[in-house]
Amino acid sequence: MIANRFVRRALLAYLGLVLLFAFAPIAAGFVFSVNSDRFPSLPLGSFTLDWYRAVFEDALVVESFRNSLLVGLAAAPLATLIGFAAAYADYRFRFFGQRAVLVLGLLPPTIPVVILGVAMLAFLARLGLAGTLTAVIVCHVVVCAPFAMAVARLRFAQIDPDLEIAAQNLGASDWRAFAAVIVPMAWPALMAAMFLSLAVSFDEYMIAWFVGGLNETVPVRVLGFLQGQVSPRIHAIGAVSFLVSILLVALAQMLTSRMTRH
Amino acid sequence: MDTKPLVELDGVSKRYGAVAAVDGLDLTIDAGEFVAIMGPSGCGKTTTIKMLAGLETPSAGEIRLAGRRVNDLPVWERDTPLVWQSLALFPFLTVLENVEFGLRMRGVDRTGRRRRALSWLDRLGLAEFAGRNVADLSGGQRQRVALARSLVTEPPVLLLDEPLSALDAHLSVRMQAELKRLQREIGITFVYITHSHSEAFTMADRVVIMNKGRVEQIGAPKDIFLRPASRFVARFLGGNNLFAGRVARMERDGAVVTTADGSFRVARAAAAGVRVGDAVDLNVRSDRISLTQQTGWSGNEVHCRLVSEEFVGALVNLHLETAAGTEIVAQLQQRDLEMLDLSPGTGFVASWHPEDGHLIVPEAPQPLALAAE
Ligand SMILES: Nc1ncnc2c1ncn2[C@@H]1O[C@H](COP(=O)(O)OP(=O)(O)OP(=O)(O)O)[C@@H](O)[C@H]1O
Ligand SMILES: [Mg+2]
Repeated sequence: MIANRFVRRALLAYLGLVLLFAFAPIAAGFVFSVNSDRFPSLPLGSFTLDWYRAVFEDALVVESFRNSLLVGLAAAPLATLIGFAAAYADYRFRFFGQRAVLVLGLLPPTIPVVILGVAMLAFLARLGLAGTLTAVIVCHVVVCAPFAMAVARLRFAQIDPDLEIAAQNLGASDWRAFAAVIVPMAWPALMAAMFLSLAVSFDEYMIAWFVGGLNETVPVRVLGFLQGQVSPRIHAIGAVSFLVSILLVALAQMLTSRMTRH
Repeated sequence: MDTKPLVELDGVSKRYGAVAAVDGLDLTIDAGEFVAIMGPSGCGKTTTIKMLAGLETPSAGEIRLAGRRVNDLPVWERDTPLVWQSLALFPFLTVLENVEFGLRMRGVDRTGRRRRALSWLDRLGLAEFAGRNVADLSGGQRQRVALARSLVTEPPVLLLDEPLSALDAHLSVRMQAELKRLQREIGITFVYITHSHSEAFTMADRVVIMNKGRVEQIGAPKDIFLRPASRFVARFLGGNNLFAGRVARMERDGAVVTTADGSFRVARAAAAGVRVGDAVDLNVRSDRISLTQQTGWSGNEVHCRLVSEEFVGALVNLHLETAAGTEIVAQLQQRDLEMLDLSPGTGFVASWHPEDGHLIVPEAPQPLALAAE
């Protein structure tokens, strides 16, 4: 009993430490984003929202948020659609080279982003798209689709394949059966995939930097800041980005756990 | 007047690569019939029923529904609902919405389909569950929802793939009675796959026994039970004792068959159609065998030794072996055992009346079919 309780406490302490290590820098960022001192140091100065004001008065930052939003809203639905369609094909049909197609579909996240970024840049430059927001959108579709596909596959693994055929057996043509069975059952997963794609796109830095040129997304702008002078504005913009990302991921997570109810 | 059979399978085969799941199946089913399909696992029952529903396309042969060739008709254009073994109810719809589904897909308007679905739910005793989630029903209730969902369009034929196999024995027996009554009342054809002899033999008008993608025997339950047409059917049904032999001579009141275990008489009726010299299997049901401990009775008898006993409710199956190595099963009432010495190895005389023997004429080998392979 005593040993048990000791182990339990030790494990809890361990968990606490892990969380502390993971979140301390982020928490520090939050704290310093509302601290009046010019440099992050202890003791703290007074509470202020000046840095946030400074950030949102900076035209470049506002521009970068607009770009990120645009890229996300364009790339996430496309990536979700493509990922979902690929997962559905794998779930519903048996065809030659199925495994190969599946592996190819899930491959992009395993390629180092630097290589992906350079390759994308070279390719898009040939198409005359380098340095445009369209380029960033295209790349983010490629990067996000495998995540969407993974979420959709998770859901399809729980859907009895007989259900769609049962719908056809009851008089639904293949499209109607899809709309009447697969869509309602996969809906939460679709939404989850969408939010996850938004989060991935919002956080993606390297490729956006390679192919976006002057069209900076939020992470690219943050890097821009870091290369200039260090200012608490970094913390302010970091805190906002963190909140947006965590919100999207939490939404995706909530929807994913809701999927298992049926 | 429509005298055309409702369902016709004409030399239907289904091949998966090198495997023939169904191999030249011929079957004709009339309107209003209750046909049960039985056979060992993997013999092609599900494949057959799926081809009827259009979920699989035959590799060869023709399927006709009400005289019309349907080989290439898409699933949703046939009216051949299937009750799935897994039920395949839609978990995101309520009971009522599940039952309405077929009508909705066929464009029946909202009030019409609600009324019809409710009347079917009522008929199957499910009215109070209309608004429930299907996950919140018992196994038997879900089973009924699946039936209602398939019957709501009032199809000419209903296909059922082991619909009761997930229910406990008690519920299954109750559902058997209910299914049979329902089928009589609405008068539609049921094609019913089952592994259970009791389901097939209590409900069906005709039973189809399949083996390796082919039909072994089709007949009324009683005929199949009393006169299995092949060694396979006799073994599949169980409770049969087979003696391989030859017809030695014909007599006024029947035939004499010689086997490794001696010569046995069979009655005239059972010997119809065989000739002297034919290779035959003599089949005797285990409940027709009497056991005594000394010889003397003048019927067919064979000496054997007790191997083991097996209790089945009020009945006992005694497993015995003859000197020639043939296994014999005798089914007795428990109370008949009191007079017998049941230690293993005890010698017995197994005997039966000539009228209780039945002859199976093995199919002649088919050189053509062999050559084709
Ligand atoms: N999609 C498929 N691909 C390959 N082989 C298949 C396929 N479907 C069925 N088979 C094979 O066809 C044969 C018949 O299968 P089927 O499901 O019709 O058997 P069954 O009589 O319904 O058996 P059970 O009583 O176990 O349900 C089996 O050998 C099976 O392995
Ligand atoms: Mg089956």
